[in-house]
Amino acid sequence: MRRLDKTLLVVTLLLIAVGLTALYSAGQTDVATAVADVWKRQAVWMGLGVLAGALVFRISPRLLEWGTPFFYGGAIVLLVITLVVGVGAGTAAGSKSWISIAGVRVGQPAELAKIATILMLAKMLGERRHPPATIIEAIPLCLVAAVPFVLVGFQPDLGSAIVFISTLFAVLYWGGVKPSLLLLLASPIFSLVLAFSTLSWGIWIVFLTVFLIWVRPYVLEGVGVWLVNAVMGIGALGLWQQLQPYQQNRLLSFLNPETDPRATGWHIIQSKIAIGSGGIIGEGFTAGTQKRLAFLPAQHTDFVYSVVGEEAGFVGVVLTLGLFAALILAIIRIARNTSDPFSSLLVFGIAGLMATHVLVNVGMTIGIMPITGIPLPFFSYGGSFVLTCMMLIALALRIEWESRGTGYAGM
Amino acid sequence: MTWFHRHEVGRRADVARIVVAVVFGIFVLAFFRVQVLSSSRYRLESEENRLRPVRLAAPRGLITDRNGVVLADNIPGYSIAVTGPSAEAVRATLEDIAVIANLDSARIEAVLNRYRRRHHEPAIVRRDASFELVSALEESRIIRPGIVIQSEPRRWYPFGEIAAHVVGYVGEISEEEIADPEAYPGARSGEVVGRDGLERQYDHVLRGTEGLRYIEVDALGRTVREVADGSTLLPGQGDTISTALDIYLQQFVAEQFPPGWRGAVVAADPRTGGVLALYSAPTFDPNLFVGRMELEDWNALLDAGGEPLFNRAIEGLYPPASPWKLAVAAMALKLGKVDFDTQMDMPCTGGMLYGNRYFRCWYEAGHGNVTLREAIEHSCDVYFYQLGLLIGLDVLLENGVEMGFLEPSGIDLPDERSPHFPASTEYYDRRYGPRGWTSGVTLNLSIGQGENSQSVSNMVRFYSMLANEDGSAPELRFVLDGPTRRRYLGLEREALDGLRESLVQVVETGTAAASQVAELQIAGKTGTAQNAQGLDHGWFVGFAPAADPEIVVAAILEHAEHGSTVAPFVNRIIARYLLGEDARLPRFVMPADSVPQSRTLMPEPAVPPRRP
Repeated sequence: MRRLDKTLLVVTLLLIAVGLTALYSAGQTDVATAVADVWKRQAVWMGLGVLAGALVFRISPRLLEWGTPFFYGGAIVLLVITLVVGVGAGTAAGSKSWISIAGVRVGQPAELAKIATILMLAKMLGERRHPPATIIEAIPLCLVAAVPFVLVGFQPDLGSAIVFISTLFAVLYWGGVKPSLLLLLASPIFSLVLAFSTLSWGIWIVFLTVFLIWVRPYVLEGVGVWLVNAVMGIGALGLWQQLQPYQQNRLLSFLNPETDPRATGWHIIQSKIAIGSGGIIGEGFTAGTQKRLAFLPAQHTDFVYSVVGEEAGFVGVVLTLGLFAALILAIIRIARNTSDPFSSLLVFGIAGLMATHVLVNVGMTIGIMPITGIPLPFFSYGGSFVLTCMMLIALALRIEWESRGTGYAGM
Repeated sequence: MTWFHRHEVGRRADVARIVVAVVFGIFVLAFFRVQVLSSSRYRLESEENRLRPVRLAAPRGLITDRNGVVLADNIPGYSIAVTGPSAEAVRATLEDIAVIANLDSARIEAVLNRYRRRHHEPAIVRRDASFELVSALEESRIIRPGIVIQSEPRRWYPFGEIAAHVVGYVGEISEEEIADPEAYPGARSGEVVGRDGLERQYDHVLRGTEGLRYIEVDALGRTVREVADGSTLLPGQGDTISTALDIYLQQFVAEQFPPGWRGAVVAADPRTGGVLALYSAPTFDPNLFVGRMELEDWNALLDAGGEPLFNRAIEGLYPPASPWKLAVAAMALKLGKVDFDTQMDMPCTGGMLYGNRYFRCWYEAGHGNVTLREAIEHSCDVYFYQLGLLIGLDVLLENGVEMGFLEPSGIDLPDERSPHFPASTEYYDRRYGPRGWTSGVTLNLSIGQGENSQSVSNMVRFYSMLANEDGSAPELRFVLDGPTRRRYLGLEREALDGLRESLVQVVETGTAAASQVAELQIAGKTGTAQNAQGLDHGWFVGFAPAADPEIVVAAILEHAEHGSTVAPFVNRIIARYLLGEDARLPRFVMPADSVPQSRTLMPEPAVPPRRP
């Protein structure tokens, strides 16, 4: 009798338990709000997630690989529909992230698209004999991530959109793409970020020029990369103006939270105060004053980890970060031990997605990442994302289960 | 070699693991920095976030009379304050409670201004909330976040209008007063300070030290709970001051004061300067000023007329009239110009001609040839005209200044007015031009008219000098806290005895003969202060027992026409003080005609001679 991967299962169950506990505490405020009962609904979602996971677990990876193009196509169509008829909700009321049927919000297609994109990338890359060696070769893969990125980015949901990019790079890396090519692919993003300071962008473009001469890609590609970087650097201002004011504010307050503590930097400052006042052992379960007195914003979604920091202190932070690290390492181990490229790439994509969510969300709570509003797996309240996480873990479990049968496991 | 070779995959997995370990390690370090290294800073910020200081008003010190009877007390009261995250939120709360708390829009603006200035602490809305209002607000505190109710001592004056001008009242400090470092040193915004009377004079003693407690608020500024007692700093009560006032005497004065009449009474112990009673009519209820004054109360106070807030005992200046003749007599005796049996060149025929003007005596039939003793007894104007001329204007003014007629009595109340008195003849030069006046002014001055107006309190001090054996008197004081500067008449003992005997005669057989009290020898002097605006004011200043005076009382009744009308009133006060409740008091009835309606408050400092 083959069993499930014990490490991944135990770590996941622990994270679910800790996450639900943190969410329960997040609802315990002095002036009661609707958040108080959110943990119950989250528990229901988790139950549904287990069911969904069990179903996903039944699907053979081969069937999955065959169905991937349809699944991906369906997800893209849903994203387009969302852009047209989507509605906002909760902390992101201004954006069109939800599909609603008869006024009832049923889900966020962006979450589904995350799974579909990982599958599609894994399928396309897995079918290749050699990894892409040039930018031209990498372009189809980039497009697979770029389409949902753009569609989600237009909702606008900057946080979720970023997840597609980071997943793309994770899968490309796992697929054997050379680091130099990865750097060239990523270079426009660097240009974009560094464009806010002429000096830093100047240094970057000089470095890139030298790098291009050293790596020597095809001349056309080299020139192309350089031009794209130049356009990004110069066009950044225009792009900046394209951003929604709240997105601008979020980026600005990430750079300097103290500028206007009552407006843009408020979230970061209050989160840091909560985490910092937790100290080594924390203020105790449900006792965090920042949370109790509603100084902590979005304490059940984006900033649920601040509750952990305030109430469980540094000890709690180390333990939970340890659990997340264990989760990601366990998934990487599964990716390493699989029998076929598609499964391996798929599982590593899952690791990349999980790592992105954890690092961006947790980093945001102490101000080392911009506020993007992406949820923390197993902690943040949200049905679609709970289901997504459960299904992704189920996929990893299935593939691990599968690969042991082929004798790869344990080697 | 395919990319999916096991070695390749293993190598990439190792790199990925290292990256994960490094990134998570960086995160742990970042949390270590925030949670361990900077924890105290964030903990402080967290406390600042949620804790709002609420100042606890200190009970003021009590004010008691000489027997320990409390004149200014503290009773439990409630104050209502609001707090909130923004001015808009506070405004919403205020508009919410406007009807039950009786707030008009001006009041709401005032509270908002207060909030904007100091938005980290609750802004006071009312200090005098009734229990009904408090319970109404308490019931709905969940719906109306940001209301802070706390019990706070409230000033209470048990004797109300009886001692209003003595104790004064309290009120909240104004922004101008906070800006002025000398007004109320150490007082903070929102604090209750003394506004008048002893409350103002001894504010630095009476005012306690504020306490502090903390309330916990949430991000919307809603009060969530009190913070445990450990962090509460209790307020310290101000010091009690005990005064020389005799509240029973004060009560008696208030009862005896003819209803509807205006005037003032000051009674003091000449030996110590301790003020036994000080009353000014009309008076007011100082309790109306505590907390927030209702508009209708204020209007009622204004409509009442007679400016009740005006303290006639120390702020009102009146021509000292005949009581001042004693000053002229004292000067003449001091200079050796006369003795008690000296007669003047001209007998009194109801007046005398000086220069080209005829100066009348109040007694039209004339007093005939009188000695100084008789002149005092019957208040003969003609005698004193001549005595003044004998002294000479320069010397008269010089001695007047020496006797203290240019200075206030020094009583320990705010706003005592300095009397009007010419420091020298230059005064007349300035006022009328060097040739615009004649030595006729000497005549007016000699009978206490002319360019001379004195407060009741200053006349008490002057008569205290006459009453005391050595002819000196300390400053008037409610709080006797050590010796004060004394004023001296500079008279020999015989002269002082003679003056006292003459004053006794005034009451026994002279102008105040109707006011005698059996078993008591009272010395005193009537007076009629000329008033250009209406009926003359009546003076009486007396002291007793004549042999060893224990009390000096001066009273002025506006428009009472004659001092002899006032004498029985003063002598009743003296008798009540010295003989107790059983004393047989002289008859005291004000003239039957109705209470004068003239709204004149102050006589002109210099009233031109215009006697009938």
